[in-house]
Amino acid sequence: MDWGFILERSFSAMIGPEVVVYALAAVGLNVHFGYTGLMNFGQVGFMAAGAYGVGVSVFWLGWNFWVGIVFAFVYAGVLALLLGLPTLRLRADYLSLVTIAASETIRLLARSRVMQPITGGVEGVNQFAGPFYDLSPFELGKFYSFGPFKYLGRDVWVLLVGWTLLIMITLMVRQVMRSPWGRTLRAIREDEDAARALGKNVYFYKMQSLMFGGMIGAVAGVLQVIQKSSVQADTFNPVITFTIWTILIIGGPGRVWSPIVGASIYWTLIVFVENTLRQLPPGLRATLEDSIQLSDFNIAMLRFILVGGGLLLLARFRPQGIFGSREEMALDRR
Amino acid sequence: MTVADQPILTAYGVVKTFGGLRAVDVDKLEIQRNKITALIGPNGAGKTTFFNLLTGFDQVDSGEITFDGAVITGTAPHRLAAKGMVRTFQLTKALAKLSTIENMKLGALDQRGEKFWAALFPSSWTKQEQAIEARADAILQRFNLTGMRDEYAGTMSGGQRKLLEMARALMTDPRLVMLDEPMAGVNPALAQSLLELIKLLPGEGRTVIFVEHNMDVVQEIADWVIVMAEGRIIAQGTPTEVKSNKTVIDAYLGAHHGEDLSQVDLA
Repeated sequence: MDWGFILERSFSAMIGPEVVVYALAAVGLNVHFGYTGLMNFGQVGFMAAGAYGVGVSVFWLGWNFWVGIVFAFVYAGVLALLLGLPTLRLRADYLSLVTIAASETIRLLARSRVMQPITGGVEGVNQFAGPFYDLSPFELGKFYSFGPFKYLGRDVWVLLVGWTLLIMITLMVRQVMRSPWGRTLRAIREDEDAARALGKNVYFYKMQSLMFGGMIGAVAGVLQVIQKSSVQADTFNPVITFTIWTILIIGGPGRVWSPIVGASIYWTLIVFVENTLRQLPPGLRATLEDSIQLSDFNIAMLRFILVGGGLLLLARFRPQGIFGSREEMALDRR
Repeated sequence: MTVADQPILTAYGVVKTFGGLRAVDVDKLEIQRNKITALIGPNGAGKTTFFNLLTGFDQVDSGEITFDGAVITGTAPHRLAAKGMVRTFQLTKALAKLSTIENMKLGALDQRGEKFWAALFPSSWTKQEQAIEARADAILQRFNLTGMRDEYAGTMSGGQRKLLEMARALMTDPRLVMLDEPMAGVNPALAQSLLELIKLLPGEGRTVIFVEHNMDVVQEIADWVIVMAEGRIIAQGTPTEVKSNKTVIDAYLGAHHGEDLSQVDLA
């Protein structure tokens, strides 16, 4: 077993591109669920909106890349508005239904034959992220090492921009949540009718929250497709939404730094488990392959099973998440 | 007629049905300004439904409601709060995961920092926030809740939550305070201080309407009593008048209370 390799991979995953993308998406979900109590089960839909917003406008419409990025945010905001208009007046469950349906609709529509001329169908869109990498101060194809971390130059550039955005957006969320605006959102999370009786336009605040968090989700989507240099419909499947939920729950909803720490723990675990399983000593590996069919494909599945087991332990022993407070948790049961 | 004589709240021909049930059917209700009016009646009389109609939390089937001379039928609750009408709830709605002071500050109207863009720039709202906080602290003091100032509201006792809800309602600086069963579940000592606090409100230019079961409470603080049964107003008057009203006693205790049932002609 090559522990050096396993650790190098795990360390690199700790602050890698996946962490930034998923943390950003989770910051958006935290605005929705953690602070406002909105049950959004379609966060991946906002990522897809951002991804296709930039991909389609640049590759097919020939827009300037930076204009495409602005368009991607506006597009995600409009999507949030459309989803919120009919549902935010209703009970909380309707938003969950509509968001999960909308995220799947976006994916299925994008990969459909009808939409092929626009979205590229199953092949998707590529060749749109050039202007981003043109600005890179790092050599795209060269490996860079910083202590235990090792990335390709292009990823170092993505990480530099991504972490800057992530920290800035997290600080922005912290600032607005400390303001009277954030207080009103938290009040709505606790009891809508109380907020209404005190003169707050609950519908309007929920709409602002949905749009704000959705647009942060779009930042995640844009960053993801820039890093991959392609937009693929099937990368935006509902499993992503539930991964984002997992990350938020690991960190603890309604806490500023939960998305970042949750995403980092999640991806470190996934990469560590996967690489450890792949690096098992040959004898053990052969035995496992015979007894429980531990093929490469099944390793990919097994890592989710093991991480799921870890989550069960978390739910049992620290239900409030890493940052959540046990005191607040106890208030729910009164 | 001067403004002071005009009723602050009126309801004419207000009807609300749930399926076949006529939950509220009120021909005429007029609430006098700067008085304490009690709304009483047996369980299922439609008091809370009527309350919800008056405060915009439920919509009337027909009829007209006015507040301070303006028609408010169909107006959203948050707009009514902005107009100076605030309510509390029968099942207390303390916002458990907000601290007591945060609960209080939430009640203030027209906060600059409640706008998203302003939220990003604290300099535009910190001064107002400080003023709101000072006002909140003063009210907390009056309600004897200063000790709970920085605790989660969820850690309060049932009685303290009732106090907090009323204190928070006052943060909107209302002209009409509507209290839905303010005494329910409050221990006698706390209930007495709550009553004293309610009695102070008319002197500050606030009208109070409250729903209550307990006749002793009503006797003590109400200027006027409205009795509901089966969705209708069956009697109204001063507490003393209402107490001796036969219709009211019948509605509460049944028409044949105190009689030997074997002697009653139930046909």
